[in-house]
Amino acid sequence: MKDTETEFINYTVNFGPQHPAAHGVLRLLLELDGEVVVRADPHIGFLHRGTEKLLEHKTYLQGLPYFDRLDYMSMIAEEHSWVLAVERLLGITAPVRAQYIRVIFSELTRILNHLLFLAAHGLDVGAMTMFIYCFRERERIMDIYEAASGARMHAAYFRPGGVARDLPEGLEQKIRDFTDDFPAKIDEYEILLTNNRIWKQRLVNIGVVSAREALDLGFVGPMLRGSGIAWDLRKAEPYDAYDRLEFDIPIGKNGDSYDRYLVRVEELRQSNHIIRQCLDQMRPGPIKTELFKNSIPYRKEMQEGMESLIVHFKQFSEGYEVPPGEIYVATESPKGELGVYIISHGESKPYRVKIRAAGFNHLQAMKSMLVGHMLADVTTLVGSIDIVFGEIDR
Amino acid sequence: MSESLKAILDSLHAFGTGLVGDMWWTLIWTLIKIMILLAPVLFMVTYITLAERKIIGFMQVRYGPNRVGFWGILQPLADAAKLLFKELLIPEKVDKSVFLLAPALTLVPALVAWAVIPFAPGIVLADINIGILFILAISSMGVYGIIMAGWGSNNRFSFLGGLRSAAQMVSYEVSMGFTLIPVVMLAGSLNLTDVVNAQKGVWFVVPLLPLFVIYFVSVVAETNRSPFDLPEAEAELVAGFITEYSAMASGLFFMGEYANMILVSFMGSILFLGGWLPPVGFLDFIPGIIWLGIKASLLLFVFLWIRATFPRYRYDQLMRLGWKVFLPISLLWIFVIGLGMHLLGKA
Repeated sequence: MKDTETEFINYTVNFGPQHPAAHGVLRLLLELDGEVVVRADPHIGFLHRGTEKLLEHKTYLQGLPYFDRLDYMSMIAEEHSWVLAVERLLGITAPVRAQYIRVIFSELTRILNHLLFLAAHGLDVGAMTMFIYCFRERERIMDIYEAASGARMHAAYFRPGGVARDLPEGLEQKIRDFTDDFPAKIDEYEILLTNNRIWKQRLVNIGVVSAREALDLGFVGPMLRGSGIAWDLRKAEPYDAYDRLEFDIPIGKNGDSYDRYLVRVEELRQSNHIIRQCLDQMRPGPIKTELFKNSIPYRKEMQEGMESLIVHFKQFSEGYEVPPGEIYVATESPKGELGVYIISHGESKPYRVKIRAAGFNHLQAMKSMLVGHMLADVTTLVGSIDIVFGEIDR
Repeated sequence: MSESLKAILDSLHAFGTGLVGDMWWTLIWTLIKIMILLAPVLFMVTYITLAERKIIGFMQVRYGPNRVGFWGILQPLADAAKLLFKELLIPEKVDKSVFLLAPALTLVPALVAWAVIPFAPGIVLADINIGILFILAISSMGVYGIIMAGWGSNNRFSFLGGLRSAAQMVSYEVSMGFTLIPVVMLAGSLNLTDVVNAQKGVWFVVPLLPLFVIYFVSVVAETNRSPFDLPEAEAELVAGFITEYSAMASGLFFMGEYANMILVSFMGSILFLGGWLPPVGFLDFIPGIIWLGIKASLLLFVFLWIRATFPRYRYDQLMRLGWKVFLPISLLWIFVIGLGMHLLGKA
């Protein structure tokens, strides 16, 4: 018996990468004092696929599908950055109809992503019915994806200079029907969660990030807006048809998980509103630049004209050459600013591509956001920052 | 009990005594009675799982099981068969005896407590006059199984789950116990049959409505059901104390949980909702056991409904609710009831 004093050692828990709330492959080393987190150490790299390196070996057209697979919860929104970057290097703009189609699909993707956020966040906090409700609506958007592009998730629908093909007959009406029904569904989610006492107890004042801290940590998207800064690239640097559309940017006040939840729910409504406006303003017309140097000729022309056949063959074999230069283009993806930085040396393949993913900055903030919270709040926060490892590890 | 049934029973006793002698027959007859009681309980336990999946399924705009048998009616049997034929995996570093004892220790108390539940006048295995105390004593033993599972698994998530459940079950046992005191005060007896008979005029849920709510929330917490399913909160603790269990061992935990759920629903019906008594007098042609079943099913339905609706509480919030909200209210209500009884001259 040396002395009666006992030394207490903190409890270390390895949260993930195989954990039901890890949203893929999040690995957090948590040092716990009882149930209170003393230190949190997020790890990255479990989903690294070398996308940026792979893009150096693909033509600009072949590179596109890799963007679907970055943040696999907001597929088309990622393509948007890539096609805009390539277009600006080429010095072309997409036709008006293509711009509207792109906006519609970017906003549908935002709904898709925020629905998954709601579903997973609800499940993390224990409201499992939310999960099924949100997937019910996601299914309808997936159907719209499939009708337009042929794929339910990894659409590869946008092209530098437009979109792959026009919307099939009847799809506009289908999207319109969806936007008619959707606000009532959002109300349904809000009935279940927004004023639910338990939901509020679990979210209010959890993971508070002040506006100053949010800027310092490099937050973007709903995370930044949740902290009260009205920064949205769709307004700040409008691209495609966004300058012709009316919408509000919801912002939070306290910068806690509850505000971020409210911001995202309001964004669902705004996205729905944007889609409605696009459908109203949209007119028939070309859906890709008809200067077929940079876009794929229509199939009919290809079958009839020699010139188009040659262009088509060249497009798919060696691709088109992009003038030398560097460009950084960012769009407002559902999770925030998704930037693509391309260096072109004038070949048909980029010399270097760097992708700026929103989630990377948000993940590193876990370290400071988690300290002092309880173990149960870890999952709330993982849900709240809406993490997807596809874009963090790239 | 009808005369003919009594005659049959008497001849059965006589036959049995003649066959194996008095002492052995008493033993065998008790075993038979236990089997008669436990068979329906275990049947309910298996089918509440199907009911849960179906009801929550319909609440979540999906079908629930509908492949095994018509309307999924054989699903529980298929599940049981699957669990029985699976390999029981025992991790290398577990404390073997504790690890294996824990599931049994969770299930057994949940079944033992049924001994004192009266299903209809006279239909009770052990009509002891301390029924409520017996149930409180037995049901608080369930926590040992969970603590042992959490400790014996030698897994950090299991350990946290075990700790949480210990704290949770102990504190909610207290508030549940306090809600039962006014019932005992009004009935003037700890015997469950007497408690039901005391409700012939008006069910206890009328004077004791706040306590009934507290009782219900407390038992939801005590049986570790959502939104208080912290010990096995899958989002935080993987599966809590069940993490390391496989095959029938984990099945036993679930059976214990469901048996407890059904038990507290029957308890709630007996203590607050008039047991086997019909809501209005002229409906008493329907057998009491059916009334009790209906009431318990209603409470069970609320269990499932809550699970489909609410998010999960956080550990500290749960503790605060138990100690700082429920305990004072139930204490106050004990005082109010006592004062009322004193003024009305009933005590």
